Amino acid sequence: MIEAITAIDINTFLNSSLGENAWIPGAVLFATWETIYMVFISTAVSYIVGLPLALILVTTEKGHILENQRINDVLGAIVNAFRSIPFIILLILLIPLTRIIVGTSIGTVASIVPLSIAAIPFVARLVETSIKEIDWGLIEAALSMGANAWQIIRKVLIPEAVPSIVLGVAITAINLVGYSAMAGILGGGGLGTLAYYHGYMRYQTGVMWITVIVLLILVQLIQVLGTRWSNQVVSKRR
Amino acid sequence: MIQINDLSKIYNGGGQEVMALKEVNLTVNQGEIFGIIGLSGAGKSTLIRCINMLEEPTTGNILINGQDVTLMNKQELRRLRQKIGMIFQHFNLLSSRTVFDNVMFPLEIAGVPEKKARQKVGELLELVGLSDKARVYPEQLSGGQKQRVGIARALANEPVLLLSDEATSALDPQTTRSILKLLKDINYQLGLTILLITHDMNVIKDACDRVAVIDNSRIVEVGDVLSIFSNPGTPTSRSFINTIINKEIPEEILHRSIVDNGSIVSRLLRVSFIGASAGEPLMSTMLQKYNVKANILYGNIDRVKDTPFGNLTLELIGTLELINQAMDFLRENGLEIEVLEND
Repeated sequence: MIEAITAIDINTFLNSSLGENAWIPGAVLFATWETIYMVFISTAVSYIVGLPLALILVTTEKGHILENQRINDVLGAIVNAFRSIPFIILLILLIPLTRIIVGTSIGTVASIVPLSIAAIPFVARLVETSIKEIDWGLIEAALSMGANAWQIIRKVLIPEAVPSIVLGVAITAINLVGYSAMAGILGGGGLGTLAYYHGYMRYQTGVMWITVIVLLILVQLIQVLGTRWSNQVVSKRR
Repeated sequence: MIQINDLSKIYNGGGQEVMALKEVNLTVNQGEIFGIIGLSGAGKSTLIRCINMLEEPTTGNILINGQDVTLMNKQELRRLRQKIGMIFQHFNLLSSRTVFDNVMFPLEIAGVPEKKARQKVGELLELVGLSDKARVYPEQLSGGQKQRVGIARALANEPVLLLSDEATSALDPQTTRSILKLLKDINYQLGLTILLITHDMNVIKDACDRVAVIDNSRIVEVGDVLSIFSNPGTPTSRSFINTIINKEIPEEILHRSIVDNGSIVSRLLRVSFIGASAGEPLMSTMLQKYNVKANILYGNIDRVKDTPFGNLTLELIGTLELINQAMDFLRENGLEIEVLEND
């Protein structure tokens, strides 16, 4: 709603001065919205899958509450394998899968598939690090009270890691902003598509610069919000 | 209450075997405060963790109220742990929970209905004197307050045993005393058996009924705290006692020779008084009764748990016969005497 209204206002304002370039503000706003939408959904999906993976990675480690060397090794290898594929190649490799899931490999909805799949192993490692920061003493204390593994995960590992996990969300979302621009080049929509088709293919350097500035603002915004969110959680506990 | 039989623990780290506990035998009685003292790395931390099976012993067994904990399955072990409270050096409170919710934590684990649990938490916070801090997060508390929360938390499921893992080692001496007083009160009021480990002889002196000295993975001495204080049986025990009672004699005095003619000799003695005799004028009686001279080098009176405990280092000068008679007199009156040096 807000985007639409602002777009119209700016359009009417700029129509007089920009002439044939009058389409640009509306297009940029729409592309920005598409990018935010892709990043938001794929961040959410990657955490829904990545968080449990991180918990498995941590708790199946040697000496931990669900020690299982086999699961740990296999999962670790899979995560590493996905992380070692460059995103641009993953994007192409996943086209058939995207078609099966979404029905098409073009557009913002289709981009969410490779973006999420690329982010899941990243999130798994990121959250793993957050959880490992927790002092073992807390886990030991819970064990000494007779807690089972699930109680430790739910009542100790997750709540204690929240401030750090939240910072990780910002890092992931910022990464996904970058990835979404790459997906845009392959017809994924958003600011990437705009920059590529207009800024690069049609030599509209102005459009290119506008998308760069919008991306810059977007990234700053995500970082500021992430840091504020984390600080909020921490300061509540002080 | 607790019976430990031939307990050994070997760590297997990187192909290298490390012996953490060697053939430990120990009995802790119902209702006592039992201390285990040792230097860091002596094995005390492993020992206390074997009792609630946070560490699995390599051999041997541990009976708690007759039940062998080393044979328990996971389910039984969890139920047992709910009945063994534990407090820690670094408190280990959850930063994501308020003081109230931290104490609530073990009750949630045990599945206690919320209403009953909330009431219990209220009582416990009152017991440890932190009712006004219920809504506060641990970060805002001092070390002593954090440990009080830890104690309240450990008592939540009405344990049969409280394990204290260096609970006062991160606290200043004054706070240590107040925490030990709280533990003694709990021991007295609830009849709760407490097993504590420490490297601080003051903790043993202030709080414990009995003590085991652990050195190099073995228990080297077990006994009543008072008898170990007055008559330490091993060099390790002696060195721990010396950390709080100044028994070191300056070299000059130790090697000074005051023998000026054949029949007059000197003896350097350490005399320990326990309980009632600490209040009697035995020294002056001795000096009047036997013709010996005394040179007092060091004296101190302290309290071991609730009993006065004094100790005096003195040099007796006189004929050998009279000195021996004087020493016998002191022994007959219940004093412990240790001859520090012979000519």
